[in-house]
Amino acid sequence: MSSNTWNLFEVFIRSKNGMSHKHVGSVHAADHKMAIENARDLYTRRGEGTSIWVIQSKDIVASDPGEAAALFEPAVDKVYRHPTFYDIPKDVPNI
Amino acid sequence: MYTTDLRTKEQKSKDQQAEIAPVTGDDVAFQARIDADEFIEPKDFMPDAYRQTLIRQIAQHAHSEIVGMLPEGNWVTRAPSLRRKLILIAKIQDEAGHGLYLYSAAETLGVSRDELVQQLHEGKAKYSTIFNYPSLNWADIGAIGWLVDGAAITNQIPLCRTSYGPYARAMVRVCKEESFHQRQGYELMMAMANGSEAQKAMAQDALNRWWWPSLMMFGPPDADSTHTAQSMAWKIKRFTNDELRQRFIDATVPQAEALGLAIPDPDLKWNEAENRYDFGEIDWTEFWSVVRGKGLCARDRVSERVRAYDEGAWVREAAEAYSQKQNKTANVA
Repeated sequence: MSSNTWNLFEVFIRSKNGMSHKHVGSVHAADHKMAIENARDLYTRRGEGTSIWVIQSKDIVASDPGEAAALFEPAVDKVYRHPTFYDIPKDVPNI
Repeated sequence: MYTTDLRTKEQKSKDQQAEIAPVTGDDVAFQARIDADEFIEPKDFMPDAYRQTLIRQIAQHAHSEIVGMLPEGNWVTRAPSLRRKLILIAKIQDEAGHGLYLYSAAETLGVSRDELVQQLHEGKAKYSTIFNYPSLNWADIGAIGWLVDGAAITNQIPLCRTSYGPYARAMVRVCKEESFHQRQGYELMMAMANGSEAQKAMAQDALNRWWWPSLMMFGPPDADSTHTAQSMAWKIKRFTNDELRQRFIDATVPQAEALGLAIPDPDLKWNEAENRYDFGEIDWTEFWSVVRGKGLCARDRVSERVRAYDEGAWVREAAEAYSQKQNKTANVA
């Protein structure tokens, strides 16, 4: 069996205009053009998309789940960033 | 198309010995996340045994989808009408897609698709026993869609909530597409069951041959499935083999009645008290011999895969050479 040196690409599909692209999975391909074609065959056989993005998996930089607390916990105790934090009398209109 | 644990009892107990590792604080925290119904994502901590169990199960599932194309591909050129041919080709293309979604999910666990495909080609990886049975005539294409895909759906719906995120998401896609497979098979069986006497006899014959192998798709009885408990604790599996088998039988018997065909089991009868069907003894000797590669088509299936792979090598090499040439041109410019 010959060794396969094709790259792995992550695939993002826009289901319809007005929506953002959403990650759906990955494909193997020799180049970007083939990655788009393979993604078309694999992820849009039933009209699931109007646009495709592909990016080599190795080019994606992800946050470390081990640092999730340091990254995301500071937002948890800032309740004053939410509109419901503020008491406004019921008879004040349009706010 | 479906998955189950196909390891022999000896292999399972050996694996279990290997899986007994000291329980660490990380393992306890991991189990707590599972118990809270959280999904585990690729970069999260997971015990090595969880990772290995998933790789084995997802790969076996992917291989089953890929090998599953062969019994059906056998009939593409002999489909009785253009309509049936288009449907069959679309179904086979879906199976290829399902295999690829699943390899894609397996790759998030740190194994490469090449390694998995190589294991299949070298006969080191298992796939569903069902695909080592031959598809002898056109009615088999109906029976496969109705029964084999029907059993697959029963198995796969709970996997949409399996604890590993990428596997669960792949299964959501698979399940959305699988319903078409079962319905086209049932419609084909309807056409034959309502056709001439000879056609009806073919439909009955196909049901006779595919019924028991379909029940075996759910894997060995719970009493012999030592691995089930750990997979249930990790919420990789949500229901036991026997529970899923019962669910499939209860759903399928009325469908056979609607076709006017007889399920080939003299012991099959409705159990009013338990609100389910009682059914006859499954021939597990046959199951284990098929697992060990004694199925009628076992050798053909893998050698056919290897042949297709080898004959496509020049396409992969040409694409690779073209890509390198493009890169070189871009670098010069």
